[in-house]
Amino acid sequence: MTSRSKGSFSEAAAAQDEERWVLRLYVAGQTPKSLAAFDNLKQLCEERLKGRYTIEVIDLLKNPQLAKDDQILAIPTVVRKLPPPVRRIIGDLSDTERVLVGLDLRQRDLIGATAL
Amino acid sequence: MNERRRNLEQLPSLSRNPKKPDEGRGSPVSGNSARHATLERPTIQELQKTPIGVRGLDEVTGGGLPKGRSTLVCGGAGSGKTLLAMEFLTRGATQFDEPGVFVSFEESADELATNFVSLGHNLNALVKQKRLVLDFIRVEPDEMKETGAYNLDGLFIRLEHAIDSIGAKRVTLDSIETLFSGMVDTAILRAELHRLFQWLKTKGVTAIITAERGRNSLTRHGLEEYVADCVILLDNRVTGQTATRRLQIVKYRGANHGTNEYPFLIDESGISVMPLTSTGMDFESSTERGSSGIPRLDAMMGGQGYYRGSSVLVSGTAGTGKTSVAAHFAQGTVERGGSCLWFAFEESSSQIIRNMRSVGIDLAPAVQNGKLRLHTESPTAFGLEMHLATMHKMVDEFKPTTVILDPISNFSAIGSEVEIKAMLTRLVGFFKSRQITSLFTNLVTGGTPENATEAGVSSLMDTWLLLQDIESGAERNRVLQLLKSRGMAHSSQTREFLMTDHGVELRDVYVGKSGALLTGSSLMVQRAQEEAQSIVREEQADLLKRELELKRQAVEAQIAGLQAEFEIEHTKTLRAIAQDKSRTEVLVDDRAQMAEYRQADTSDAELTTQRELGGP
Repeated sequence: MTSRSKGSFSEAAAAQDEERWVLRLYVAGQTPKSLAAFDNLKQLCEERLKGRYTIEVIDLLKNPQLAKDDQILAIPTVVRKLPPPVRRIIGDLSDTERVLVGLDLRQRDLIGATAL
Repeated sequence: MNERRRNLEQLPSLSRNPKKPDEGRGSPVSGNSARHATLERPTIQELQKTPIGVRGLDEVTGGGLPKGRSTLVCGGAGSGKTLLAMEFLTRGATQFDEPGVFVSFEESADELATNFVSLGHNLNALVKQKRLVLDFIRVEPDEMKETGAYNLDGLFIRLEHAIDSIGAKRVTLDSIETLFSGMVDTAILRAELHRLFQWLKTKGVTAIITAERGRNSLTRHGLEEYVADCVILLDNRVTGQTATRRLQIVKYRGANHGTNEYPFLIDESGISVMPLTSTGMDFESSTERGSSGIPRLDAMMGGQGYYRGSSVLVSGTAGTGKTSVAAHFAQGTVERGGSCLWFAFEESSSQIIRNMRSVGIDLAPAVQNGKLRLHTESPTAFGLEMHLATMHKMVDEFKPTTVILDPISNFSAIGSEVEIKAMLTRLVGFFKSRQITSLFTNLVTGGTPENATEAGVSSLMDTWLLLQDIESGAERNRVLQLLKSRGMAHSSQTREFLMTDHGVELRDVYVGKSGALLTGSSLMVQRAQEEAQSIVREEQADLLKRELELKRQAVEAQIAGLQAEFEIEHTKTLRAIAQDKSRTEVLVDDRAQMAEYRQADTSDAELTTQRELGGP
């Protein structure tokens, strides 16, 4: 039972490893919060998704009509477009723990730990 | 970078948040704090108002909502917040050429459009004409995972984008409180809301913010702290199983406003507020008169009938003919070229028409040509306020010259005496302000009619007709009294009230020797007696006349006799004179013959005599 579930977890983890991540960061001009959010996101991705992530930065001051599509209220907002399902977190991403939970990156840590 | 800065300046205070200490550190927009001063509005200028376009509400608010500011509309679930907010926009778009943005946090644009079709609003058409933007902002608590400092610039940007896309002058946020369910950090949210309302002011848009009513405060999340210029409270209260919608202006900074609760209606034409409690007493008093429809009743009021704009109470016990008096009044109105609105709370319109036809009043033609409208409504259908509101609305639409309420006593089922009196006071005031002559019938049960007719009600009325049953000699007969009629000389006599097949007829009543009123068959007996007496009197007079004639004839006969005697005497005398004369002639002749015979010469004198006496 345990071994089987372990195996499926490993498989899932392996599959996840192959996935490409598309993250969209919504900002409104280069505010400190926006800059901080971008830095935090970039750092996190480098650590955990190196080589298979894309960060799209959308400045709503330039493209206000894009706010409607992703139902953006708060700035900054990060939307995980890929892999599905769509997830979103708000804030300057300074609370790494919450970012990991919010973007569903935390699971990978656990799996990595068991795999070792 | 430069472009961004410029953009940011279009969004004043966009990134400035005085409550967040981490702000300002190396911020490219930190220099904006000086902008604070420009947010202050000039205070000397008189408050300008934006008309809402909702019937009655502009009156209550003295011209509309504060222009360029935000108004909080709060109320419980189903109290009409969204509708009021939407009407503000649709009326702005269609009546005042002010496009609007509706930001919904609860319903999608499609849902809104569907919901408002039933209320006569075609939102999609307005959207197509670029006079309305419907923006649905979905707030899902799961998706609002907070990972650090943030603000609501996304909302600001969306709002600004929507406002600028159509040049909106009006904005509605329905209901922004939903954000509280999505965000954990309410400190940020509150700061952001504060900023939002300030920002709306700088955008120069007039906004309505809706909010759910709180238990101990106006709104559940204390939004009134931020939107403090004008607060409107909506309420849907149930008393005695009937619900009444009410509206109250709780606060209106810098402007006079009615503080009462005003009933309002939601129907197929949207919201209409009835500012009846604010009706003043400064209406014109007309000297024009209008017939009551019953000629003899007009005669009792100096021949001209009721004053225009006066109120008439017709009270009486069951079956005394109140409705017939009303029907005459209605028909009289139509015949004079006016129009009449008849609120029937007891009978259906077809029943009224049938029943009135039986007493010879045909109301059907007037109904058909639109001069008479019979509006039937069950008194218990809704509360007093709603009745008032409905009547107010119908009068505004139909613009009648006279109104009939038949009967007002049925309202006692849905309100206390005090409430009914308050309602009637407002109604009478309303009718008077419109110069509408109103007639109220009132069913009196038990006791003497004078006492049973609520003194309060009758004091409101200018003219009071009392219909009574008089029971005598095993029959009931109706009588009418004109108890009062302000401002005109009127008959104080009781009249017998007959319902014939050609309408109501008023007749004099006889007062018997004992002082009791005589009506019906006892009246006929009395009349027969009097007729008999008068015949006897006439006969006596005849006799006297005949005697006189006889006397005259006798006198005349006597005169004739005397005259005849005189004639005889006269003839005799003449004859005697004639004989005398002929005798003289003969004498003269003889003398002449004798002279001739004697051949005497005749003197002139003699000859003359001869000739005079008819000689040859």
